[in-house]
Amino acid sequence: MLNWGNFVSQLFNGLVSGALLALISAGLTIVYGTLGVLNLAHGALFMLGGYAGFVAYQATGNFLIAVVVGTLFVGLVGVVFERAIVRFFYDRPEEDQILVTFGAGIVLVELVRWGFGSLSQMVPAPAFGSPIINLGFVIYPQYRLIAFGIVVVALAALYLLLYRTRLGMVVRAGIEDAPMVDMLGINIQRTFMLVFGIGAMAAGFAGIINAPIIAITPNVGDDILIQCFVVVVIGGVGSFPGAVIGGIVAGEIMSITSMFNPSYSAVMLYAVMTLVLITRPQGLFGTR
Amino acid sequence: MSTSSRPFAWRAEAILALVLIIAPFVLPLIGGSADTLSRILIWGLFGLGFDLIFGFTGLLSFGQSVFYGSGGFIASYLLVSQSVGNVFVALVIGMAGAAVIGLVIGLLALRRSGIYFAMITVAFGEMFFFLENSALYPWTGGENGLPNVPKPRLFGFIFDSPWSLYGLLAVLFFIGYVIARRIVASPFGHVLTAIRDNPLRARAVGHDIQRYKLAVFVVAAAYAGISGGLEATLQGYMSPEAFTFETSGQLVIQTVIGGAGTLLGPLVGAALWLYLRNELQSALGLGAAWKLVLGVVFVVLIVFLRRGIIGGVSDLWTRFRPVPAAPPAPLYANPIATPTAPPTRHRQMPTDGIAIEAKGVGKRYGGIVANDGIDFAVRAGEIRGLIGPNGAGKSTFFKMLTGEVQPSAGKIFMFGEEITGLDVTAVCQKGIAKSYQINQLFQKLTVRRNLMISALSRTRGPFRLDLMANVDRMRELNADVTETLRLLDLTARADTPVSELAYGEKRRIEIGLALGTDPAILLLDEPLAGMSPSERADTVKLLRQIAVGRTLVVVEHDMDALFNMADRITVLQEGRVLAEGTPAEIQASQAVQDAYLGGIRAP
Repeated sequence: MLNWGNFVSQLFNGLVSGALLALISAGLTIVYGTLGVLNLAHGALFMLGGYAGFVAYQATGNFLIAVVVGTLFVGLVGVVFERAIVRFFYDRPEEDQILVTFGAGIVLVELVRWGFGSLSQMVPAPAFGSPIINLGFVIYPQYRLIAFGIVVVALAALYLLLYRTRLGMVVRAGIEDAPMVDMLGINIQRTFMLVFGIGAMAAGFAGIINAPIIAITPNVGDDILIQCFVVVVIGGVGSFPGAVIGGIVAGEIMSITSMFNPSYSAVMLYAVMTLVLITRPQGLFGTR
Repeated sequence: MSTSSRPFAWRAEAILALVLIIAPFVLPLIGGSADTLSRILIWGLFGLGFDLIFGFTGLLSFGQSVFYGSGGFIASYLLVSQSVGNVFVALVIGMAGAAVIGLVIGLLALRRSGIYFAMITVAFGEMFFFLENSALYPWTGGENGLPNVPKPRLFGFIFDSPWSLYGLLAVLFFIGYVIARRIVASPFGHVLTAIRDNPLRARAVGHDIQRYKLAVFVVAAAYAGISGGLEATLQGYMSPEAFTFETSGQLVIQTVIGGAGTLLGPLVGAALWLYLRNELQSALGLGAAWKLVLGVVFVVLIVFLRRGIIGGVSDLWTRFRPVPAAPPAPLYANPIATPTAPPTRHRQMPTDGIAIEAKGVGKRYGGIVANDGIDFAVRAGEIRGLIGPNGAGKSTFFKMLTGEVQPSAGKIFMFGEEITGLDVTAVCQKGIAKSYQINQLFQKLTVRRNLMISALSRTRGPFRLDLMANVDRMRELNADVTETLRLLDLTARADTPVSELAYGEKRRIEIGLALGTDPAILLLDEPLAGMSPSERADTVKLLRQIAVGRTLVVVEHDMDALFNMADRITVLQEGRVLAEGTPAEIQASQAVQDAYLGGIRAP
């Protein structure tokens, strides 16, 4: 049962799902790092991305348009959510922030269920990604490789945005000391809104990219959210590199474990998280 | 809390008993069945434990499904495999099993707080969900769960009719409620609310908050464990659904909707949840949208009515009830009456020798040297002033004396005993307390309760599991608190929440919190900061009273007040001791003048 082809293809699977997890977790972690809000609706935004893309694909039949529309739509939802609700919670206790985003996530999930039903929907892989390629030692669906490439590009774009632009500088300064940035005459409120929108877009984008790999249901984001928690706990909350490394590690753990026994893949993930918590409670890249 | 409410002490229990008895006769009229009522009680019981950790201690766990499921599966397995014949015995074993699992998970999850704690509990919840389906399959039946869980049986009577089960659950819920009420009223429960309000200060006044959190986490796990078992026996089937995130989420939602910190909130929330589910789904034909309605209700409640239904109702009640005329809040803080006698001392401490001593103490933060080679010794009974320009390292030095920060070099002694390396809780228990430069109070608690939190650490040590003790019956403690109230001239404000007090009054409570632990050595970090001249004079009088039989170290920028009060003064500059001597010597010192005038004289 254990052969090289299988092993390599599982490694790839881990890499693909890990990169996706990394992107979603990065969205979660920059929002937390900047705004100090742990967004429990993040999984729902991921789900919403899949559905928005699904609708756009149904209307146009074009996968690229589906990706763009899905991502922008979720970004918009994120911005509206931030302006309408989240911003009133910056001064409230952490638990209130958790509760309100948790509630908002439920509302999003149930809205989608109301509109689309509970049955799973499938967005087909785009034509350029549908062939199965033969790498010699392993046969692999091409879309997954493409998805991996796209996600890596998205992560790189996010990195550049955070570390190489003026907005990114404000964001990172805001992580350190938001009131001070405000006092320097920079509109931190607008930055918060943008960051929340970007975080939501990361989730939404991942949602639509993932849709051809795993069918979408209204609850598709629930497990993803919890896996993101594991990723940021492993990587260190608020750390971008932590989210990336944590995501890949989590993806590989689940993938490799499922090669031996699929029913243990999630258990193993949480076991590793427990191990990290015991040995390094602040996470691999965390400072606190 | 006050003696006048004593005749009504059991009022809540009496009303609950009445409601539980009347419910079967009333609720069926509006569509509630025995089965629905039983389920509400199970969720209410589950929620009693959750409210203790969330509403009272401030720990938001999203992983209570672990204990609900574990308790349920342990009891069900024992019954289904016929290892245990008696349902009640199996339920108790399930409860104990859940408590043990709670202990292990608590040890791990409570290493972090806030969002980390929430995330870790979620992850443990998922872990158990998947374990149930994999490693534990032989005992749990995986996706199938365990069917044929028997009904409880007592003295030959089988609880197999829906209403008999309701009766049993009503009795169990009532017992669970009485226990939870007693925990809340116990000294242990008082410390829990202090942890929720200000964990940092709760530690600083000498409570080992980690052990309190762990203990209450285990109690909540026990409540969850028996609830899971009861659900299995009620349904005759143990469902793997118990382990889902849905279970934990539903519990959180019900508690918040009903009102956290009220004990009965989860019950009210569960009633609303199950009623909405049944009514909206069938009667109104909304189908699956009932959860959407519930989600919206939940979000609206968090935004506008954070205290839930019970909190909202009780706010309305207090608003429209004729209130006995309360003493009007003064515009300015009351002047402090000169106390008649110094506060009672409980701690036996040497009255001579060196009370506190630092030898070569230093602290670096990376490349920044905050303190360097400080030698400092204060005789017992002395009032020592500690001055220095901003950034001289006074606060860092204080933090090292109290154990809030560990020194990078040097040693600290208290009456000759080394206390270097002890944490703030242990140092407080030894008899060193500090009042903070910026108020660190228990804002939502009353003045009396604030002082009680301090006094409890003196009488009970860092941790005690006195879940069933009653604070009202602790005579000496209450006498102490009353005395401290009088000393601080806050008797009239005793039952006012601290957040509603004037600044000067809060400042006195800040000192009172440190004083309440009856320290032999009291450190005061700018006790006069932000006070009016008359308040300053009053506070100095207060400090002189406190100083009787104690050693005081005072950081203060008000030189007039400090030089009048202190026996000796130590001057810090750039993390080092610049000078030390009597106030007169310090005033005459050229070095000190240079430091304060910023080196106008050429070096």
